[in-house]
Amino acid sequence: MKRILRLCLIGIFMALPTWLMAVETKNLLSELTQTKLSKMPAVLEQLEAQGDESLLPVFRAWLGGDLYYTRADSHLVVKTKVAGETVYMGVFSQEVDAELGSKQVRKIKVNNKLRGLLRGTIARLQLTSKQPELRESAVRELLADLDRDTFTTLEALYPQETHSSVQEMMQTALSLYTAKDPKQSQSARLAAIDYLSASLENDVRNGLVQLSQDGNAVIAAASNKALDRINQSVERYAFVDQLFFGLSLGSVLLLASIGLAITFGVMGVINMAHGEMIMLGAYTTYVVQLIMPNYIDYSIWVAIPAAFLVSGLMGVLIERLVICRLHGRPLETLLATFGISLILQQLVRTIFSPLNRQVSTPSWMSGSWEINPVLSLTLNRLYILAFALLVFIALVLILKKSSLGLNVRAVSQNRSMAKAMGVKTEWVDAMTFGLGSGIAGIAGVALSQLTNVGPNLGQAYIIDSFMVVVFGGVGNLLGALVAAFTLGIANKFLEPTTGAVLAAIFVLVFIILFIQKRPKGLFPQKGRAAE
Amino acid sequence: MKIKTLASAIALTSATLIAFPSLAADTIKVGVLHSLSGTMAISETTLKDTVLMMVEEQNKKGGLLGKKLEAVVVDPASNWPLFAEKARELLTEEEVDVIFGCWTSVSRKSVLPVIEELNGLMFYPVQYEGEESSKNVFYTGAAPNQQAIPAVNYLKDELEVERWVLAGTDYVYPRTTNKILEAYLKDMGVAEEDIMINYTPFGHSDWQSIVSDIKKFGSAGKKTAVVSTINGDANVPFYKELGNQGISSEDIPVVAFSVGEEELSGLDTAPLVGHLAAWNYFQSVETDENEEFITQWQAFTGNPDRVTNDPMEATFIGFNMWANAVTEAGTTDVDAVEQAMIGQETPNLTGGTAVMNKNHHLSKPVLIGEIQDDGQFETVWETDGVVPGDAWSDFLPGSKDLIADWTDPLKCGNYNTETKMCSGQNY
Repeated sequence: MKRILRLCLIGIFMALPTWLMAVETKNLLSELTQTKLSKMPAVLEQLEAQGDESLLPVFRAWLGGDLYYTRADSHLVVKTKVAGETVYMGVFSQEVDAELGSKQVRKIKVNNKLRGLLRGTIARLQLTSKQPELRESAVRELLADLDRDTFTTLEALYPQETHSSVQEMMQTALSLYTAKDPKQSQSARLAAIDYLSASLENDVRNGLVQLSQDGNAVIAAASNKALDRINQSVERYAFVDQLFFGLSLGSVLLLASIGLAITFGVMGVINMAHGEMIMLGAYTTYVVQLIMPNYIDYSIWVAIPAAFLVSGLMGVLIERLVICRLHGRPLETLLATFGISLILQQLVRTIFSPLNRQVSTPSWMSGSWEINPVLSLTLNRLYILAFALLVFIALVLILKKSSLGLNVRAVSQNRSMAKAMGVKTEWVDAMTFGLGSGIAGIAGVALSQLTNVGPNLGQAYIIDSFMVVVFGGVGNLLGALVAAFTLGIANKFLEPTTGAVLAAIFVLVFIILFIQKRPKGLFPQKGRAAE
Repeated sequence: MKIKTLASAIALTSATLIAFPSLAADTIKVGVLHSLSGTMAISETTLKDTVLMMVEEQNKKGGLLGKKLEAVVVDPASNWPLFAEKARELLTEEEVDVIFGCWTSVSRKSVLPVIEELNGLMFYPVQYEGEESSKNVFYTGAAPNQQAIPAVNYLKDELEVERWVLAGTDYVYPRTTNKILEAYLKDMGVAEEDIMINYTPFGHSDWQSIVSDIKKFGSAGKKTAVVSTINGDANVPFYKELGNQGISSEDIPVVAFSVGEEELSGLDTAPLVGHLAAWNYFQSVETDENEEFITQWQAFTGNPDRVTNDPMEATFIGFNMWANAVTEAGTTDVDAVEQAMIGQETPNLTGGTAVMNKNHHLSKPVLIGEIQDDGQFETVWETDGVVPGDAWSDFLPGSKDLIADWTDPLKCGNYNTETKMCSGQNY
């Protein structure tokens, strides 16, 4: 009720400008519905000249491709989603017109060229916006094509500006224009260039590159010096960026292999179906999202325990039905689990079709954390990195502190002795395998955010998982952690010079050589347990 | 010596078998050689269904030469050597009169020797890297000059792109296409340092550092674009990463040659809006023929949301041309149909007519479209008229002087205009 009231209020408020709007603007807006794509820029220019901030909703909707017009009377509407349903509402009135469906409206087209122009238009209109972030992004948008008019507008706005980051951005824009303007005095230009040398904005760098070719030798030299300074810090940030990529790949490897480190490392079972446990986890995420389509943002929190249960139960089932009957026969276990992996893949193909399934990314996981113009860390990778470490810690705690962990360690060190002490080894085997598989399922939830969810998902990660476990030392969780991050970082630092294909080969060759030297991996198990 | 005689005897018997297939059968058999399982099943099952639909339609019209058509479907399971075996099975055991099939270039290359040995007839409906013209194959997909070259021209002329990233999956089609594009760009005066070439394995999923490299490459003050021959589902994480790193289609547009409506239907298109694709057909093109085709297809599959795509149109054109050629020749005999095929005209679904040229490639219009948030393309540019497919690229040193002409007196797939020689190899 409250919400409806609020919507009404907004509606009335937004409707005001429509009455006051000049007839000319109205004509231009209706022209939008008839114009060809190639003639649109001219109309847009006129609209900007005529209109004011009241047109912002039109421009924003247009930029997002959500601007439509009714077939019947060509009035503009915006497509939005209310509670998961697509509806159309008046662009100024903000009132939902329930009678409009996709058949009654047509889209106002937009292409890349128009999108670029629209961004500029929106930026110019937003210079006086009330929110500092909007003002800042508006000035940044304008850096790319500064002209005399923008310069004078910015100059007039600058003294009134109170927010420091917007001030800085404005100062950058003013300096950029001053530096490029040959009519300015040389000292003013040099001072401007000096100011610019602290900026990391891409447009500033482009401007300085042009200036370094300037006819005025003093200006050119100063620009070159400023560029050097900028490039130095850019390179520093590039290194951080690459390190983050490496850590991120490492976290994916860690998630994929940590379950295997338990089943293969602790139990000694070569589980070829490990990849399929990951795949089951990813499909669980898909199913969870199918069940709760309106709560995608929370779906991950449901999917994590669900995936753990699905993959874990499947793991227990496999252990009870197949693996426990093949105890102590590694070759048969390998073949049997390989067979199981094929069965699971085909099962998924039959149930979900061979096509990849679409898993949506929750809004809080998409986008990136922009630290500065050259360094931004993508949020989904950041969350997955943190998540991988959390899972790792939880697993170490379970193995070290819980009674299940104690039993697992006892059985893996000396099965018959543990049995003699009254440990139910069969039960422990099943639980361990279930735990390892469940963790693989959780990895699947994380991977569904990064890669395609399809029947072949597991196969892509099984080799990497074995590589990590063998490299880290069988039976050692810490080894898996170190190995995963080492391989991830090595891969990402090799990639820019060698290309993705060769980098993977180099890493593989390195591991083979390493295993020749130290057959038991980075952290070999010591003592009698190793025998 | 003995083996050789035996082999020639077998070849002779199979040749006689193939020569009069219609005597034995009272139906005309149409072979369908598309993978129904394995990695390529995603794309190829659609084409199998298209052929089945076309056969059904033709039978409604009374078949061909007074006989009903009968589709023979086999499954080569995305397994390249199996393609050759299945082709042999179709030609010798099933004695089909024509084959519609293959998707990847490697599968086509594996079928070629079989189809030439047994003198079969095949229609290949997918865009490919060119550098081939076989007497027994008709190429209804785009050659590089009907897709890649116009796309590069569009980027250069309309979007004023000066720096180029050629990104592709590591196999024959992207490598050859990129070789052609690189030579073409250099011919136009693009400097070496303004071209970046990158290859990734099939199904690559960790695009972080490559996208970051592209971003860096694109921040040199010149307009940059990515020409993508990335194949299959590796595209999804690629576009996702572009979106995550904040690269929009206005900053660095990506033009793709392997992303169509079918591929888009499986993914969230929000981060892709504004990126481009070059094809000879888009579902969104509004013509009567296209509308009829889409309605027919959605009715045939029983799914009102099923999309159509470019290789489907290529299959549609190929099938119609073959049906016309058989009617004209009055027989399904391969040699007669092959000659009747040259010069055949059939309406395109996007308007205009497609013509089969002497080099077994089509003349077709080229369209460039921007991806929309509903998974369809908005045509932003198209060629005036049609572009004839060029079997041998003019931009590669080895193939510059080669032409293909399957009419008298040349009858050669790789005639060298310099040395006036046909190299003798059949493909």
